[in-house]
Amino acid sequence: MLTKRIIPCLDIRDGRTVKGINFENIRDAGDPVEQGRLYAEQGADELVFLDITATNERRKTMADLVTRIARQVNIPFTVGGGISSAADVSVLLAAGADKISVNTAAFRDPQLLNTLSREFGSQCVVLAIDTKYEAGAWYVYLNGGRVKTDRPAFDWAREAVDRGAGEILLTAMNNDGTEAGFALDVTRQLSEGLPVPVIASGGAGTLDHFTEVFEDAHADAALAASIFHFGKISIPALKAHLAAGGIPVRHTV
Amino acid sequence: MNTVIIKYNAGNTQSVLYALERIGVSAVVTDEPEQIRGADKVIFPGVGEASTAMQYLRERGLDRLIPSLRQPVLGVCLGMQLLCRHSEENDTHCLGIFDLGVRRFPASSGKVPQIGWNMIYDLSSPLFEGIAERSYVYGVHSYYVEKSPFSIATTDYGLSYSAAISRDNFYAVQFHPEKSADVGQRILENFILKIN
Repeated sequence: MLTKRIIPCLDIRDGRTVKGINFENIRDAGDPVEQGRLYAEQGADELVFLDITATNERRKTMADLVTRIARQVNIPFTVGGGISSAADVSVLLAAGADKISVNTAAFRDPQLLNTLSREFGSQCVVLAIDTKYEAGAWYVYLNGGRVKTDRPAFDWAREAVDRGAGEILLTAMNNDGTEAGFALDVTRQLSEGLPVPVIASGGAGTLDHFTEVFEDAHADAALAASIFHFGKISIPALKAHLAAGGIPVRHTV
Repeated sequence: MNTVIIKYNAGNTQSVLYALERIGVSAVVTDEPEQIRGADKVIFPGVGEASTAMQYLRERGLDRLIPSLRQPVLGVCLGMQLLCRHSEENDTHCLGIFDLGVRRFPASSGKVPQIGWNMIYDLSSPLFEGIAERSYVYGVHSYYVEKSPFSIATTDYGLSYSAAISRDNFYAVQFHPEKSADVGQRILENFILKIN
C-alpha cells in the first residue's frame, strides 16, 4: 500500500538554513546537507529545500548546494524558490534534485508548466500554491504571500494539473505558523478533486493534526518546518502515532 | 570492478552515480558502446518518456547493444520498462529482453503517477539478500510491468505488479533504489557484490 509522506521543509539563504535546528549531536546547525541527512536517518520520506536568497549569484550557489545534498542524502528531495525558466530547472535537475517546485512564475506564465512537464516530465514538476481564505473563498497569493490575486486556489490548481504539474504543494497562509492545524477544507477540495498528489502545508502543531489531514482531508503528504526543526515533534514519534491510528506510513526504525 | 551507468536522455543518472559513491563504488556514465560492453556491471537507469528514450537508444545503436550484453545488467524505473517488449506509453516498441507488456495504471488504482513509498514482497532473488519482506521503496511511475514468472518482487497499487524482474543476466526494478534510503542502498550493494 502506498504510504502517506512526511516532509520536513528547510529554508535556505545563501546556501545555509535560515533557522537553527534543535538536533542533538548536530555538527553544524546551519548546514542544509547535514540537516537533510539527519532527517533522512530519522525517517523523513522526502525533503523540500526552499531557496529564499535574492541575489544574482543564487543559481550557482544553489546548484552547488543541490549537488552536495544529492551526494549525501538517500531520499528524494525537491528544490524551490525563484525558479522561473526551463534553464533554471535544467541546472537544478542536472545537479541532482529529484523535483523542482514553481510558484509565482508559473502563475504569471502558465505555459511554463507545459514547457517544464514536456522537457523534464510531470513527475518532477511540483506546483506550489500559497492560498488565503477571505470573504468565503481560498485565493491564490503570489511573491511569498505578498500579492493577492482574484483566482481561487482550486481553479488555478486544476489548470496547472492540465498543463502538466505532477504534484501540488498547498500552503494555507491563514494556518501557517499558527500550529492550530492544517486547512482541512481546501486541502480536501484539492486532494479529492485533482488526479495528482497534494502535499498539505501550514498549521501543523500536534500529532493529531497530521492524522486529521490524512484521514479527513485525504492529503497524500504533509509538510512542516518549525515543529520538526525545534524538536516539538519527532518524525519517529509522528510515524508511530499515525501507524497506531491506522494510517499507512513507512516504518524505518 | 568496473561499473558503467548507461547515459541517455533520461534523468537520474547523476542520482545513481551518487548512490553508488555512497557505497564506495565509482562508476562511469557513458554511451560509448565499447565502454559499456567491457564493463563488469551495467546500470540502465531512466526517468522520462518511453518513445523518446527508445529513439535516443536507436540513434546510438544502444538498442542492439543492450540485449547483447552478457554481464549483469540492472534496469531502473523507465530502464526496466524499456527492457520489456512493448509499452502502452505512446505505443512504444521496446527492447524485448522480457516478453512482457508495460501498462498504464487504471484510474481505479489511485492517483497516477504513483508517487511515494510502497512495499515490496515475495522477494526471490539474491538482489534482495538481507532485505525484509514488505520493506518500503520509493517510486514514481504511471506505467507498470505486469506480473509474470520473471517477477522477483511484487508491489500492490490497486492491482499487483512486478516491482522487480530477472532473466539470465538481466535484472530490473521499478522503484528507485538510489532514492530508497538504506533498503535501496543494500539492493545496489547486492547488485554490485552478489550478482555475477
